[in-house]
Amino acid sequence: MLSSTGHPFIFLLPVLAIAIFWVMAKFEPKPVGVTKKSFFERNGTPVAIYLIVAVAFWSLFMIVLPQLFMVEMSFRPKLPPIEMGGPKDLYTFENYHYFIYGSTTSSDAINWVHIKAFFLTIFASLLVALFNFALCYPLAFYMAQVARPARVRFLLLLLIAPYWVNEILRAFAFRIIFSSGGLINKILLGMGWVDQPIDFIGNDIALYAGLGYAYMLMMIFSLYNAIETLDHAQIEAARDLGAPWWHIHAFIVIPFAKPGIASGCTLVFMLSAGSLAAPLVLGGPRSLWFTPILYDRFFQAFNWPQGAAYAFILLLACVSFVLLVLRLGRLSLGEIAK
Amino acid sequence: MSSKTVMNVMLAFYMAIFFGFLFGPLIVMGVSAFNTSTYPQVYPIEGLTLSWFEKLLNDRDMVYGLKNSLWIGMWVVVVSVPLGLAAAMMMSQIYSKARSFYYVIVVSPVLTPGVIIGISTVVFWRDLTTATNSKFLYDGVFMAVLGQSSFISAYCMLMFMSRLNRFDRAQEEAGLDLGASQTQVFFHILLPFLRPAIFSSAVLAFLSSFENYNTTTFAILADKTLTTVLAGRVRQGTTPAISALAVLIIAVTVVGAIIYEIVKRREDRERQARLDAAHAAELRELESIEKATHHA
Repeated sequence: MLSSTGHPFIFLLPVLAIAIFWVMAKFEPKPVGVTKKSFFERNGTPVAIYLIVAVAFWSLFMIVLPQLFMVEMSFRPKLPPIEMGGPKDLYTFENYHYFIYGSTTSSDAINWVHIKAFFLTIFASLLVALFNFALCYPLAFYMAQVARPARVRFLLLLLIAPYWVNEILRAFAFRIIFSSGGLINKILLGMGWVDQPIDFIGNDIALYAGLGYAYMLMMIFSLYNAIETLDHAQIEAARDLGAPWWHIHAFIVIPFAKPGIASGCTLVFMLSAGSLAAPLVLGGPRSLWFTPILYDRFFQAFNWPQGAAYAFILLLACVSFVLLVLRLGRLSLGEIAK
Repeated sequence: MSSKTVMNVMLAFYMAIFFGFLFGPLIVMGVSAFNTSTYPQVYPIEGLTLSWFEKLLNDRDMVYGLKNSLWIGMWVVVVSVPLGLAAAMMMSQIYSKARSFYYVIVVSPVLTPGVIIGISTVVFWRDLTTATNSKFLYDGVFMAVLGQSSFISAYCMLMFMSRLNRFDRAQEEAGLDLGASQTQVFFHILLPFLRPAIFSSAVLAFLSSFENYNTTTFAILADKTLTTVLAGRVRQGTTPAISALAVLIIAVTVVGAIIYEIVKRREDRERQARLDAAHAAELRELESIEKATHHA
């Protein structure tokens, strides 16, 4: 199929969706006797126009259409600009084919480097999310249920403070600490625990620590907001009935805070899987993270359609992760994105 | 030892580790900015110096990037805050069967990796400006503002939604009954009510824009912002000048945070004072009514 047909079709999609909802609204049986004001009457004409224009511009031109264009591009071949839209511009799976099988000139049957990087990224992001949960849960519980309000306010200030510093600089701080001449290696060498500096950066330990650090705040806030709404009397009651402390957490607090835990883990997972700054700064020469590979598709291989395909693969992975969490936790999206 | 003290010792130990992890890296970086050694380090201190700060000010790329970042940040505030407000107001009014669909669409930028937002913005506008012969719009700063606003508007929307939840519809009714037009209600009742949310979302929008890297690195095209310059420098090699920049940013943001806190407290106090005054007036009124009934 010639890909010049793609763009008009993409523009048609949102128009179609809006039309369907509009028709549905028009033909919906109205309750008798109740006269509802129209959208324009309710808001006043100037405000109503502002609302429609702003929402339409944002949701169409900044969210939906760019995403659809990116997906469409991922099915195009890489062509010099003159041939774009010409007879050679046919839809193709070659960019996805490349992700799995690699280039035809390579000796391997399968593109292990990219596939491995992809699964490693997913797996490591999962671990980062779980590690963050384990690290942040006690503090979130303490702030939400034990500490006095003044102390909570102070702790919140302390927690937010490091996040005023930008992501690259935070990663840079980890690089200073973990490099072969860095603080940790100096301490280890000085204590005589090791006789060779440990290559934290080459082993990706610095990367995982940096990622965990970068997104701790999201986890803390999600957990804190969820646990805070738990009535303290429930914990007291369990304690009075003789429940050991870990029963209280396993059977009362954690089930209650499930939406918060799900949203914290989802956020941390997504942010780690999609993060670019930390892998660029903290990744060793042999590090395999998916986003830098994606980055190179654009800026080193200059193959935009292939980059778009890789971006879409990452997006699909993230969307499936969210759906999986929603399914496992029997939650709705509204409970997660707060 | 009783189990209570054991618990307290464990808590203190955990807190020490947690906040050590949180602040340790920043402190190390901060100290290395003042050390003379050319590799950023805290130990040994070879001598104290401010030369790294000087070097920073003479770095033309950094200064240019900083100006660009501030400019982009300002535009992101101008774009995202009104978009977020409109989207939040729309949420309660949209046709009920389309609501969850609408919600998924406007919340999705929060959950989409920043890299993908940057790529899709560039891909879309490159094709659109080519097709409509308006190539001048395909510009790094413009792309960065649009890319960043795409998800920052969603942050603003979430903030406005939580504020709007507490809006008392009776105020609007009262305004209308007293003869105000819908537009006047919007400007004289709703906007003043939303002022704290407008203020917070503007601050949040600016900061998110200023520190963003993932989206910006694609959207900025051949242009530069502070974070993209910084990323290039960090990849080339580590120098204490970068630590010096971190120290400056921390200093500026701490001052900013303090100002923000003071402004917020003053507003809280003013609101409290207004509430107290209203309460006192009500009491006086009640008293006078009581007196009047006694006399009668």
